[in-house]
Amino acid sequence: MNYIPNIIFLILISFSVGFFIRNVKRIRRNISLGKSINRNDKRGIRWKNMIRLALGQSKMVSRPISGFLHVIVYVGFVIINIELLEIIIDGLTGEHRIFAPILGSLYNVLIGTFEIFAFLVLVAVIFFWTRRNIIKINRFWKAEMKGWPKLDGDIILYFEVVLMFLFLAMNATDSILQELDPEHYVKAGSFPISQFLVPLFENLSKNNLYLMERSFWWFHIIGIFIFLNYLYYSKHLHILLAFPNTYFANLNLKGKFSVDSNINNEVQMMMNPNFTIPEGNIAPPEKFGASDVFDLNWVQLMNAYSCTECGRCSSVCPANITGKKLSPRKIMMDTRDRLEEVGKNLNKNNGVFEKDQKQLLNDYITPEELWACTSCNACVDACPIEIDPLSIIMDMRQYLVMEQSAAPVELNSMMGNIENNGAPWPFSNQDRLQWVDE
Amino acid sequence: MLNVPTLAQINAEGKKADILFWVGCAGSFDDRAKKITKAFVKILNQTDISFAVLGTEESCTGDPAKRSGNEFLFQMQAVQNITTLDSYAVTKIVTTCPHCFNTLKNEYPDLGGNYEVIHHTQLLKQLLNDNKLRIEGGKFKGKRITYHDPCYLGRANQVYEAPRELIKKLDAELLEMKSCKSKGLCCGAGGAQMFKDAEAGTKEINIVRTEEALETQPDIIAAACPFCNTMMTDGIKNKEKEGKVEVMDIAELIANANDL
Repeated sequence: MNYIPNIIFLILISFSVGFFIRNVKRIRRNISLGKSINRNDKRGIRWKNMIRLALGQSKMVSRPISGFLHVIVYVGFVIINIELLEIIIDGLTGEHRIFAPILGSLYNVLIGTFEIFAFLVLVAVIFFWTRRNIIKINRFWKAEMKGWPKLDGDIILYFEVVLMFLFLAMNATDSILQELDPEHYVKAGSFPISQFLVPLFENLSKNNLYLMERSFWWFHIIGIFIFLNYLYYSKHLHILLAFPNTYFANLNLKGKFSVDSNINNEVQMMMNPNFTIPEGNIAPPEKFGASDVFDLNWVQLMNAYSCTECGRCSSVCPANITGKKLSPRKIMMDTRDRLEEVGKNLNKNNGVFEKDQKQLLNDYITPEELWACTSCNACVDACPIEIDPLSIIMDMRQYLVMEQSAAPVELNSMMGNIENNGAPWPFSNQDRLQWVDE
Repeated sequence: MLNVPTLAQINAEGKKADILFWVGCAGSFDDRAKKITKAFVKILNQTDISFAVLGTEESCTGDPAKRSGNEFLFQMQAVQNITTLDSYAVTKIVTTCPHCFNTLKNEYPDLGGNYEVIHHTQLLKQLLNDNKLRIEGGKFKGKRITYHDPCYLGRANQVYEAPRELIKKLDAELLEMKSCKSKGLCCGAGGAQMFKDAEAGTKEINIVRTEEALETQPDIIAAACPFCNTMMTDGIKNKEKEGKVEVMDIAELIANANDL
C-alpha cells in the first residue's frame, strides 16, 4: 500500500494546527498584557449570555437582512464542520468516506444536509458580497475601512465561495465515480445540490475523474487549513472569540461606568481629616486612565481581537453619523493594531517590550475622536457580541484630563466651576433655591 | 405658591420626608430647566407625598466631570454629597435629570452611597398607580406627542415605559420615532458635550434628532431630561418650527394637563 498521501496529510495537518496554536498563544499573551479585571462572577448569567448572544446570535437579527444571512452562514459553517471530521479521519487513515458504513442511511441524510447548507452559504455569501461591493452599504465604506480592512472582508467571502464550491465539486465527481469504480468509491451519500454539477464532469475519462476528485478533496482540506490560519491575520477571529467575549462582557447597567477605587483613599483623605488608609490597601496607581494598550484591561483587549468590523456601532454613533472623526469601530481596530504592534515587538525581543516611542493615544487614536463621544452607549448596545468601545474612550479621556490636563478649554472651565461652586456653570451655590421664588 | 421645604428645615422641626427631590444643577440654574423643576414640584404639592430638597447643600453629582474623564473631581463631589445625604439619613431620592439619576443610582454605591434612586417619571407613574395622582387628559386629547428617550434614562438604565405610559394617560397619540427605546438617538448633550462645542463634522447631532422627531409630525416633543430639552428646543428653533411644535418635559405635560 502507498502511504505517501497519508504522510503528506499528517504533515499538513500538523503544520497547520501547530501554526494555529502558535498564533492562539500569541493572542493569549497579548490579551494578558491588559490589566486584571474580575469577570468571573455571576457565572450562570454569563453562560446564558454566551448561549443567547454567541451561540444563539440573538442580537444579529435586530437587523433582519444581514442577521438572517449571517445565521445561514454561521449554521452552515457549524454543520459542514461535522463533515470535516470525516475528511480528517479519511486523510489520516487512507480510507474513503469512513462514516458511510457506520452510519448507513443516516449518512445519506447528513451528506444531503451538508450540501443544502453549502448551497445556502454560497447564496448568502453572494448577497454579502453584493451588499459590500455593489450596493456599497455605507458602513462598509467608512474612512477606517480603506485598504486592508476592505480587502480582508472580501477575501473571507472569496474563501467561503471557493471552499463551498470545492466541497460540492468533490461530491459531484465522487458520485460519478461511485458508479464507475464501486470498488474504490463506496456507494454512499445523497447529492441534492452537487447532482447539478455532474454534467460538467460526466464525459471525462475515469482517470481524469479520479484526478479531479482527488484534487477537489485535497484543495478543499488545504483551503480549510489555510483559512484556519488566516483567522489570526483577519477580522474573522470573531468566529472563535465571540464566545469568550460574550461570556466576559460587562453585566452592569450600561449607565454605570467603572469607579476607580484606587483613588478613593486620596479623596477620602482630602475630604475627611480623620480618615486613615485601611491596612493592606495599595497605593494609588502610577498612571490614571489609558494612553496605551497596557493601561486597558484584558477584556478591552479581547474586545479588540473579537471585533469583526461590521460597523453596526459606528452606524448608530451620533458623532459618526454627523460626520465627526469618531468611529467606535475604529477605536477597536486601532486598539487591535496597536496591540499587534506591541505583540510583534515582544516576538522580536524575546518577550521583553522595547520602547518604541509610540502609543495608542495620538499615534492611533486622536483626542479629537475621543472628545466627540456623547457617552450615549448606542455603540455598546449595537454590538452583536457585547464589545464596549465606550469604556476605552472613557479610559483615554481620563488619561487626557488627569495626566495631561488636556481637556478642551470649555470643559476645563466647566470643571473649574464644579470645583469652585459645585455646578458646571458659574452660579453661586447660595442661589440654588432661587427658582422657588421666581 | 410653591411649597418646597429643605431637609435642614424639616430636620429642625423633627420631621422626616418620604423622599428627597434632587433638583440638579440644570434644574436649579438653567432658565428652561427651572420650569421643569417647578412643574414637578407643583405636581408633588398636589399629592400628599412629603418631599424635601437639599437647597444650598446640594452640589453637582460629578457626572459631567466623570464623563469628561476627571475621576478625581467626580469622587470629590460624590464623597461630599454622600456625606450630606447620609447626615440626613436619606434613603430615597427622586430626580428630574437622568444624568443625576444615573450617577446617584449606579456610581455612588461604589463610594459608599446607597440610596433608592428613581426618575421623576417613575415616581409619577407610581403615584398614578397608587391613585395618589390623577391626570386630566382633556387638554392634550388627540395631540400628537413623540417621546425622545434620554440615553441615561433609556439605554443606560432601561427605563422606557414609565414616560410612555404617562403620555398615554393624557389621551394623546403617542408617536414613535424611527429610532426609539434602546435604539434611541442621542440628543448630542451627553458625555459633557453640553458644555463644549461639537467637534468638526457635517451636521449637529441635535438637528438630526430633531429631524427624526419632526418626521412623526408631532404637536409636542416630550422629553424627560433638561439637557435633551435644551437640545431639542434648539433644534426646533433651527428648523423654524417654534410656535408649531413645543418641546415639553413629561412633568410639564402633566402639570399643564392638571391646570397647575
